Amino acid sequence: MHMQTVLNWIESNQSIIYIVILMIFVGIEVIGRVPAVLHTPLMSGANAIHGVVIIGAIIVMGQAQPDNYLALALGFLAVVLGTINVVGGFVVTDRMLEMFKKKK
Amino acid sequence: MYSSLLTFFYLIASVTFIVGLKMLSHPASARKGNMVAAIGMAIAVLGTIFLYEKEGEPLGNYGWIFSGILLGTILGTLSAKRVKMTAMPEMVSLFNGMGGACAALISLVEFDHLLHADPINILAMAMNGGVAALQGFLLIVLLGLIIGSISFAGSVIAWGKLNGSMKDFSFPGQHIFNLLLMAIILGLAGYLILALPANPAYYFYAIFALSILYGLFFVFPIGGADMPVVISLLNSFTGVAAACGGFLYDNKVMLTGGILVGAAGTLLTILMCKAMNRSLANVLIGSFGASAKSTGATQTGGSYKEISLSDTAVLMSYANKVYIVPGYGLAVAQAQHICHELEKLLESKGVEVNYAIHPVAGRMPGHMNVLLAEADVPYDKLREMEQANEEFGTTDVVLILGANDVVNPAAKTDPASPIYGMPILDVELAKHVIVNKRSMKPGYAGIENELFFRPKTSMLFGDAKKVLQDLVAEIKSL
Repeated sequence: MHMQTVLNWIESNQSIIYIVILMIFVGIEVIGRVPAVLHTPLMSGANAIHGVVIIGAIIVMGQAQPDNYLALALGFLAVVLGTINVVGGFVVTDRMLEMFKKKK
Repeated sequence: MYSSLLTFFYLIASVTFIVGLKMLSHPASARKGNMVAAIGMAIAVLGTIFLYEKEGEPLGNYGWIFSGILLGTILGTLSAKRVKMTAMPEMVSLFNGMGGACAALISLVEFDHLLHADPINILAMAMNGGVAALQGFLLIVLLGLIIGSISFAGSVIAWGKLNGSMKDFSFPGQHIFNLLLMAIILGLAGYLILALPANPAYYFYAIFALSILYGLFFVFPIGGADMPVVISLLNSFTGVAAACGGFLYDNKVMLTGGILVGAAGTLLTILMCKAMNRSLANVLIGSFGASAKSTGATQTGGSYKEISLSDTAVLMSYANKVYIVPGYGLAVAQAQHICHELEKLLESKGVEVNYAIHPVAGRMPGHMNVLLAEADVPYDKLREMEQANEEFGTTDVVLILGANDVVNPAAKTDPASPIYGMPILDVELAKHVIVNKRSMKPGYAGIENELFFRPKTSMLFGDAKKVLQDLVAEIKSL
């Protein structure tokens, strides 16, 4: 019976499961041969990309009932923090890479 | 119509993330890659705000959303623009912590929704998908909460350690304590999901608090010099936490971005460890015993010899080949520019000058390259460790500026040393080693350096910037 539940779950979420598996390989493959010089900027760039979590914060915020102050306050905080992650992350990465570019 | 347009936007954004990351890993295209990913992010965020709808209902609370984004943009841009290049790593750590906190907050709000939802809705949910649907929902919410909280708390500690406001802290049996803490977190989460107790809020908030605690204790004992590896690891954690949001809202772009960073971040962490010739386990667990042992083992000391500025000037201007080993101290003193000037001056006198860059020079792999690039030091003068080590044998003078742990012979000889096993720059192969330091204080990893007491080594005390300025003047007057 449990087996059946698991199989059903896999079937109903198969596109998501495919994405997860493929993205794991893509993520590993894509940065496979990065030179050590770029470790810091790459980490910083990846840091900005996971800021995509901001989308979840926007959805939470947008769906909160106007009288649910807890949800509004927490959602607001989430949007602010998520935005800092995204914007700060991209800007700081750009600043690092700007230094490299002059030399090339 | 709108929601299918949004799907299309999400698809574009997902592709830009992959392409952007790919471009970021090649020196020539890195900056553009960052830009590409940023544009994709903007498309996804704006699309979500204006096009997202659930059961025909668009999002509300626009005032809150826009003021949040505005505030975040201002804070993020200002801090990213103002931060000194030397403080870059802790900035990245802090940004990462914010992402983790964001993921944890989403889980908190979603759980609160569930608590206050109409019982009929929950019943409907259970009827539609069976109890399994409710349990699946809880699993994802808890996963986002746990990983996000750990990432947040850990990043804040890493930030504190890098900027020097927090010291290493560990107690005997700490990693047993950590394992136990993790077991309790997982146990509570498992019980909450499987048994669906009547008062779930207690369990949920307990899990939240314990996860924060775990994040703190996870990073507390890890040595300051290993922080880059930890930040990279926490970075990939946050990626996974973001992907949980993707599950929750069936949102493909969050899923793609999150898992992509989770996987790439994990690999990057391992690559960083390799650059230091250590394993991840060694970084995470190795620090526990070492701090206790090394205090007894490092009994170096004795006499060192000082060298005067004029002797240094003579030695360097009549050398054939000079290597400069820059360290974090150089960057802190903001002496990169004057260092570049010294290099040019010596070159004009026919001395061959190069820089030996240890993979973890500075605070992070590649950090020193960024700092020297900032001072216009030509790219082809920077030698990687392997090449520099081959050339030290034919080098007359090695000038060490604010570097310490990366030239510490204890990494080769003293198994009790926390940095044992890390490859170092073999500066002792050169004829003369001149070390510039402010004082005899140990380096970042807090360990004594035997190199300073070797017969070949001469110490040149003083602030790096001041010393270099005087040295340049001295060489000019020769």
